[in-house]
Amino acid sequence: MRDFLSRTRSRLRHAVFGATGESDDTVVTDGGTATGEAGGVVDRLNERFGEDFTESAPFWLPPFLLVGLFVYGAIAWNFVISLTDYEGFVGPDYSDLDFEMYVRAANDSGVIDATVNTFLLVVAFTTVALAVGLVLAILIDRNIRFENTFRTIYLLPMSLSFVVTAQFWLWMYNYNNGVVNIALGTVGIGPISWIGNSSLVLWAVVFALVWQFSGYTMVVYLAGLRAIPTEHYEAARVDGASTLKMYWRVIIPQLKGSTISAAIVLMVFALKAFDFLYSLVSGYRPPNGADILATKMVREAYSTNNWAYASAIAIILFLMALSIIGPYLYYEYKQGNL
Amino acid sequence: MTDGVADRIRDDLAGVDGYRVALYAAIVGMTVFFLTPIESGLVTAFKTNPGGVSSTLPFAPPPPRFFTLEKWQTALAALGRGMVNSALYAVPATVISALLGSFAAYGLTQADWRARYKAPVLAMLVAGIFIPYQAVLVPLSQFWGAMPLAELLTPLWLLGVPQSYVGLVELTITHVAYGIPICMVLFRSYYRNVSEEMIEAARLDGATFRRVYRRIVFPISTPMFAVVLIYQFTQIWNDLLFALILVSTESSPAAPVVLILAGLGESMEGQDFALRMAGAFIAALPTLIVYIMFGEEFAEGVAT
Repeated sequence: MRDFLSRTRSRLRHAVFGATGESDDTVVTDGGTATGEAGGVVDRLNERFGEDFTESAPFWLPPFLLVGLFVYGAIAWNFVISLTDYEGFVGPDYSDLDFEMYVRAANDSGVIDATVNTFLLVVAFTTVALAVGLVLAILIDRNIRFENTFRTIYLLPMSLSFVVTAQFWLWMYNYNNGVVNIALGTVGIGPISWIGNSSLVLWAVVFALVWQFSGYTMVVYLAGLRAIPTEHYEAARVDGASTLKMYWRVIIPQLKGSTISAAIVLMVFALKAFDFLYSLVSGYRPPNGADILATKMVREAYSTNNWAYASAIAIILFLMALSIIGPYLYYEYKQGNL
Repeated sequence: MTDGVADRIRDDLAGVDGYRVALYAAIVGMTVFFLTPIESGLVTAFKTNPGGVSSTLPFAPPPPRFFTLEKWQTALAALGRGMVNSALYAVPATVISALLGSFAAYGLTQADWRARYKAPVLAMLVAGIFIPYQAVLVPLSQFWGAMPLAELLTPLWLLGVPQSYVGLVELTITHVAYGIPICMVLFRSYYRNVSEEMIEAARLDGATFRRVYRRIVFPISTPMFAVVLIYQFTQIWNDLLFALILVSTESSPAAPVVLILAGLGESMEGQDFALRMAGAFIAALPTLIVYIMFGEEFAEGVAT
């Protein structure tokens, strides 16, 4: 049995690494049954990382390299470009690197506004979408009829593209004929120019995004609620807690895991809100009052060819994302999930 | 013996209390909130513009004199080519990224190499989900600009495929690369719950790492493949940013549907909302169908 195992392993190794031609000097360390062709590199890797490493490498290494190249390679390259003065159509000049673009960004009120708006959008959208999703999950979890139908309806907007939802909400917010202004009109408010008013547009965008994604939060919370043993509900009942108190004191504190995983995904969607804003203002125009770093960056790069400046803005956005990812990865690592 | 009608009604009402009424009112209220934008868009798409759109309530169905199918025809004519283009890259990119995600998850879950080395690899893949795409756009443009992809694909152009379709190949590869992290994470959460005894037994019987995947892990992944394929297809079909950067103009023969939709119904005279709404529905149709059909499975898969 052992012999057979190591023979198949060395055949696999040969198939994977044999063709590289680097395995000539054979040092057999694994029982002596290896055929001799597969040695050297593989054995040294085995010694250092364990045999499972070399066996599993064909599975995870190609996708990892693809991600490494396209994500991390690109970010590194982007950083280098941000240090150049690259503008226009001739490639970047890598001989003269400095932080000039970052200094320019720090003094650009457009970038500062976009940073503040990005922060506000992420925080407001995530908080409200979490709250709405939690309420929806609790409602759905109360033994109602047609549960599946309601769940599908709440989740439906998530299937839509940002471009599509932007069309819907542009029409909802329409000054003369939009549902929002007509509904407000019946109670004597408005009409209000939601998209045209620079102090309202960001909140109008947040509202639309909450509409699109709170169904997702609901699904995550629903799974969390269903994982809580019924005894916890019963115990609270026996103690005489009201329904509201039971949720607030007993149930919601147990949903921490759901909250974290939903919040992370919502923040990712918020950072992608570029698509929504691009469609809302139809093109590269600045969404006045709702310009976020993502829209500012794409405009600088693809509308005015300020490539180096756009790269610097991209790095600022990346650092903002990193401030969310970093603690999250650390939390996952501590939980034993990595 | 038999209950009188009055008794039965009393019994029915006994189950109904103020609390249940409020609960259902809240649920129906939220349903209205989620459906209104969609419903309002749907009825508007059937209205004449100018005319019906401005003189009827936005959520009211069109009266016969304002009813028209013209906007749907116009939208379909404008978006049809884009629908085909989107499918041409969304389908292969979805399948390839799901497969690669599954491979990566298997290689990083079932193999027990040292955590000290595995954690950074996993961390880099997981972090890949959260990278704002703006952080890679400029290098991505540079990369595809420098790649002689058009020359590599010469046989395709000789077969009569328009050369601008090179953008669709770029989109496929790009979406595969950026889709791997989320696919990997979804599959990994699934593979961690796969019975270890079964795999141990197969290993002791002499099955190679690769064989275990082909004979055991891949076949039992079917439910997760459904979830990942739905999610990835939605993401790739709906994405505007990469389409905008890699294909750039909506007039290109290779323009994906979202790119054409983003500029639909715009003119000097103002916005044609009826046309926009019809276009929005046509562009959203594939993902809407997928969600209505598989929403249940998706909801369960995402929650794990």
